Amino acid sequence: MVMNEQRRALLKYSAVFGLMSTAGLISVAQAEEWNKAAFEGKSLDEVFKALGTSSPDKSSTVVLTAPDIAENGAVVPVSITSSLKADQMAILVEKNPAVLAAQFFIPNGTEAFVTTRIKMGQSSNVYALVKTDGKWVMAVKEIKVTLGGCGG
Amino acid sequence: MSDPMRIRATEKDGIVDVKILMKHDMESGQRKDASGKLIPAWFINMLNVKAQGKDVFNAEFGPGVSKDPFLNFKYKGSKGDKLVVNWIDTKGDKRTDEATVS
Repeated sequence: MVMNEQRRALLKYSAVFGLMSTAGLISVAQAEEWNKAAFEGKSLDEVFKALGTSSPDKSSTVVLTAPDIAENGAVVPVSITSSLKADQMAILVEKNPAVLAAQFFIPNGTEAFVTTRIKMGQSSNVYALVKTDGKWVMAVKEIKVTLGGCGG
Repeated sequence: MSDPMRIRATEKDGIVDVKILMKHDMESGQRKDASGKLIPAWFINMLNVKAQGKDVFNAEFGPGVSKDPFLNFKYKGSKGDKLVVNWIDTKGDKRTDEATVS
């Protein structure tokens, strides 16, 4: 990447986030669609709130597939499926510095299924959230981590 | 310029299975370099997938997604669908790759 472009991108990025943080403004660039409040949540409650829920009910319609023991916390495969039609899904790791790992938006015609890989700093409960008809439900699973993957 | 994504998309019984492997360090902002200084966070935070020009998947990532992010999802589609995958990271770097469903 050319130096100028990089500098411009950096300037643009810092300007935009500066604006957002001081005035709470939402502007036009793509990056602002990112749910900053949710990704900066340091606790389950903060993330739940940023996602527009207080405490989602546990539901057997949500299935979280992940290993019981992850030898390497840097790469933990996690899969969410739901028997209901999903609009949105999210993966939360209770003991990570940033609790929300990822969220997904599922348009009509796309299945309620996603697999990805996440980092875990230590053993923790992992939450799979699924939003159906405006309501969040969830599944929880404890994953034990042998070697942490956030600082290493 | 970042390295290309690897995209594999195959159709069976009207369902397209899409696997995407991105190339990105996904710095969490938690790691320290050799001198003990924190390495600033730098990660892909948004991803969009279109098939035939229509959204089929959107993702938002935090720093807790693994290095070289992997995604697998499924949508109702056909062989020959043209997929366009876009990501953007927290420094504003972007990458677009295309694939055809087989």
